[in-house]
Amino acid sequence: MSTSALPGNEQCYELREVTKQYGGRRVLDITTLDIRRGEIVVLVGPSGAGKSTLLRMLNFLEPPTSGCIRYHGIASCADQRVPLEARRRVTTVWQRPILLKRSVEANIRFGLQLRGRRDSTRQVRQALEQVGLCALAQQQARTLSGGEAQRVALARAMVLDPDVLLLDEPTANLDPYNVGLIEDAVRGCNHEKGTTIVWVTHNVFQARRLAHRVALLLDGRVVEFAEASAFFDTPQDPRTAAFVRGKMVY
Amino acid sequence: MSGDPALFEIVWLSLQVSGVALLISTTVGIPIGAALAMSRFTGRRLLIVLLYTGMGFPPVVVGLFVYLMLSHSGPLGSLNSALIPALFTPGAMVVAQSIIAFPLVAGFTMTAVLGVDPGLRLQIQSLGATRWQTALTVLVEARIGVIVAMIAGFGGIISEVGAVMLVGGNVEGSTRVLTTAIVLETRKGDFELAIALGLILIGITFLINIAMLRLQGRTTEI
Repeated sequence: MSTSALPGNEQCYELREVTKQYGGRRVLDITTLDIRRGEIVVLVGPSGAGKSTLLRMLNFLEPPTSGCIRYHGIASCADQRVPLEARRRVTTVWQRPILLKRSVEANIRFGLQLRGRRDSTRQVRQALEQVGLCALAQQQARTLSGGEAQRVALARAMVLDPDVLLLDEPTANLDPYNVGLIEDAVRGCNHEKGTTIVWVTHNVFQARRLAHRVALLLDGRVVEFAEASAFFDTPQDPRTAAFVRGKMVY
Repeated sequence: MSGDPALFEIVWLSLQVSGVALLISTTVGIPIGAALAMSRFTGRRLLIVLLYTGMGFPPVVVGLFVYLMLSHSGPLGSLNSALIPALFTPGAMVVAQSIIAFPLVAGFTMTAVLGVDPGLRLQIQSLGATRWQTALTVLVEARIGVIVAMIAGFGGIISEVGAVMLVGGNVEGSTRVLTTAIVLETRKGDFELAIALGLILIGITFLINIAMLRLQGRTTEI
């Protein structure tokens, strides 16, 4: 069970009749999905279920093909883009972090520079501390291990103090030590700052550890979306039950 | 030949003409190369084929094209505009060299930008970058390749002789540069001077490459 702060009832995202198509192939078809402010939502499902596509749309990097995503009332539709200011309140940590050919510190400062914030030493230092990388601040990012690189990617996202942090299988290739560090940092971010978290994972145990609510996606559709305890203990859909029992092999 | 003011004039003019031409081709070529690498639009493939063709285009043909354009009866020369340089002036040489260097700079820049991990753009955007900030960041990531593009462009024009001979005319004290002076001295049979000029040309190219490589080394350490 998560130890994170319990979310309020204020809606962060409201998705209605949202679809996404690539070359005529529908990869996402969500009738309704609401994400509350300050909660940790974990998206689970097999590869190709549409989880990453959904994250890109929640980060407003891609518009829906039809329907609308409302973020605190601001609409992202096929013909309506979200203003830059709103887009900058959301950020993503990816499964494979791509860092700039600069120092660790410069990578973490990058997002703040994009926003024109020059005096960012304190925030950068704080972000380095959060992911335990103070000793590597001046090291070239390309010399880092996979786990360290992912922690830099998390720090460069958290330093922006986003309202929403999206994570696309951020611990998929990491050792248990780095997995623990990243989970703790994200949980802390949610608990202390009330950041809304949407975390994609294949790992049912990780979903149990982190989630307030869990959604199972299959073939671009939300099969079940429920409180973590209900999702794992009393699943309503047989496919969810199969997933919880580990019968779906990824 | 040491201390010969005519020689210094030739060296200085060579650097001026090729330097300005490189500046122009870089200013135009880097954004176009980056745009071709990062954008998808109708006709992009055709433009890339034309660019690659331009990279292997004989400079003397470029010289002929510029000559025809700038001559009194040509479409640009007949305009008698102060903005259009006359034939047999350093300005005409700059035009020819800019055209020669442009596809090299743009083509190598495009290749360098295409070499940057395509996933980087999405990750930069997710951190809140605008389109321009994304493009600039990707270009900075490709900086080593962009420097190579500039070296290739400069190498292509400082050592070029056909086009500058055609549009510059090798006029003493006005449009004579190192390469055209070497041709002239060889024809006159003054091999000693021709070799000396050749060594200066090689030396300049060498020094500029060293400077660029030092810059490249510095940028990788940022």
